[in-house]
Amino acid sequence: MSAASDTAELAEPVVKTRGYWSGVVRRFSRDPVALTCAVIVLALILAAIFAPYLGLNDPYHASMIKRLKPIGYPGFPLGTDEQGRDMLSRLIYGGRLTLFVGLMPVVFAFFIGSALGLVAGYAGGWINTLIMRTVDVFFAFPSVLLAIAISSALGAGIINSLVSLTIVFIPPIARVAESATAGVRSLDYIDAARASGGGALTIIRVHIIGNVLGPIFVYATSLTSVCMILAAGLSFLGIGVRPPEPEWGLMLNTLRTAIYVNPWVAALPGLMIFITSLCLNLLSDGLRSAMNVKD
Amino acid sequence: MFTYLVRRLIYVLPVAVGVSVICFLLVHIAPGDPLTAIMPVDATQEEQAAMRSAYGLDKPLPVQYAIWIGKAVSGDLGKSIATGRPVADEVFSAVKNSLLLAFSASVIAFPIGLFLGFLAGYYRDTIFDRLVTSVAITGVSVPNYWLGIVLVIIFSVQLGWLPSMGAGPGGSGSWSWDYAHIRHLILPAVTLAVVPIGIVARTVRALVGDIFSMDFVQALYAKGLTHGDVLFHVIRNAAPTALSVMGLQLGYLLGGSILIETVFNWPGSGFLLSNAIFQRDLPLLQGTILILSLFFVGMNLIVDVAQAAIDPRIKRS
Repeated sequence: MSAASDTAELAEPVVKTRGYWSGVVRRFSRDPVALTCAVIVLALILAAIFAPYLGLNDPYHASMIKRLKPIGYPGFPLGTDEQGRDMLSRLIYGGRLTLFVGLMPVVFAFFIGSALGLVAGYAGGWINTLIMRTVDVFFAFPSVLLAIAISSALGAGIINSLVSLTIVFIPPIARVAESATAGVRSLDYIDAARASGGGALTIIRVHIIGNVLGPIFVYATSLTSVCMILAAGLSFLGIGVRPPEPEWGLMLNTLRTAIYVNPWVAALPGLMIFITSLCLNLLSDGLRSAMNVKD
Repeated sequence: MFTYLVRRLIYVLPVAVGVSVICFLLVHIAPGDPLTAIMPVDATQEEQAAMRSAYGLDKPLPVQYAIWIGKAVSGDLGKSIATGRPVADEVFSAVKNSLLLAFSASVIAFPIGLFLGFLAGYYRDTIFDRLVTSVAITGVSVPNYWLGIVLVIIFSVQLGWLPSMGAGPGGSGSWSWDYAHIRHLILPAVTLAVVPIGIVARTVRALVGDIFSMDFVQALYAKGLTHGDVLFHVIRNAAPTALSVMGLQLGYLLGGSILIETVFNWPGSGFLLSNAIFQRDLPLLQGTILILSLFFVGMNLIVDVAQAAIDPRIKRS
């Protein structure tokens, strides 16, 4: 598919739906909670990306004599960890891996799950049965258990965490995509498109995607918070990111032994996970009502 | 009802088989030879070959699966590499502890979640509703393994009221309902209860709010029913969905307690699983995941059937 034909096909619906999107933006901008959360999440992401330029201490630099200093210690605003490394710096650097491993699986699963659901919902018949029964099998595992099972079989590592979490989130997204597609498919205008000679791919691309992507997208955003918690949880268990990389779940784990010495510093990485996941949830709720998506 | 039950059973069987296939394949997606976990590094070729045939690893995968599932059905999940004890024994004694924790968390979570959710749905768009919604979203968003650590910091480290780990005094393995044991249960059960409180409250709030805005509620009032009688109808309408959410949450509590069990050194299935991970005890890993996921599948089945039993609308569809 060439870029030109791509834009040509997209151009028309965009003009038609301008009213909808400006409405979405207007509703979203009047939602102070969702806006605040969007700003916080954006700030965390930007801080993580530009961490090297923020003039922070070296997050890997350990010091035997400056271990477990409390919050507010001179030179270390948020104290130091069990190896004397700067907590502030490690928390900001930690956002890089935590946010990456916590958000990317949902992005991957969004594309793969939507594709599977679209195909299953549109094709119906044995293709639907094959895809959806396979999805059911993966759905039969509690998500935490499935993530841990695959990660522990594959072994620790960033790629393996991404793979296992993507596998965990494909089934729920595929289910939502399938039921949304099946709902749209039975409408008259799809029959009309088929009667006027539209091929399956054209109908999916032109007539279905635009109508189902919104609900699937909103649903996917509601999974980001769980994914963050799970991703950090894998590192917390020692089957995610490997030391000495700064990562919130891993930091929470290695600082656990310090709760008797300096409890509040030890709790900081978890607080970061909590704040991020709370903002992601509220943001998703805001998007849901701004985009007028019903469950 | 009977045909519905049979239909559900026919549907659940392939899922259960699929689950067992995934559990079986877990060992084989692991990088490297499954043998490396069992054998000493300096094992000779002959020793490796002997071990390979002893574990049946020289046979094709489908045959290996058939052998494994055949044994699993008769209760033989192999032997743990680390302890040498039968995996089935290890898993079942651990699952008992996990069930205890999951049920305790449910006993805390479900009444609170139902109560908050119902009131928020009833007093929709009031300050109370907003308060409950905030509590619920906080509960859903909190990483519970962190919350566990925070509770330990507050109630064990700072206040010294409750023990921070284990399922009983002196690391005792057997549970009994006395003060010393229950003290150990409080923190993990409360920690585990927070997420289901949020989920149940959120679901019930939406559910009750929707039902109150339905036409039949107006009709009931018009018929002259008292407020209490109308409430009864609303609750009856909300019950099947609320029940299914709670059933699923119980399943999640059992399968999802691994992180909490690790935080509190609770000797349950999650704790067993994390030990299995670190010792690369593959038969134990496989067996634990199989049992937990089949439990979850069974739980789903029970929920569906129970829902159909109390809600005649489901059977007809």
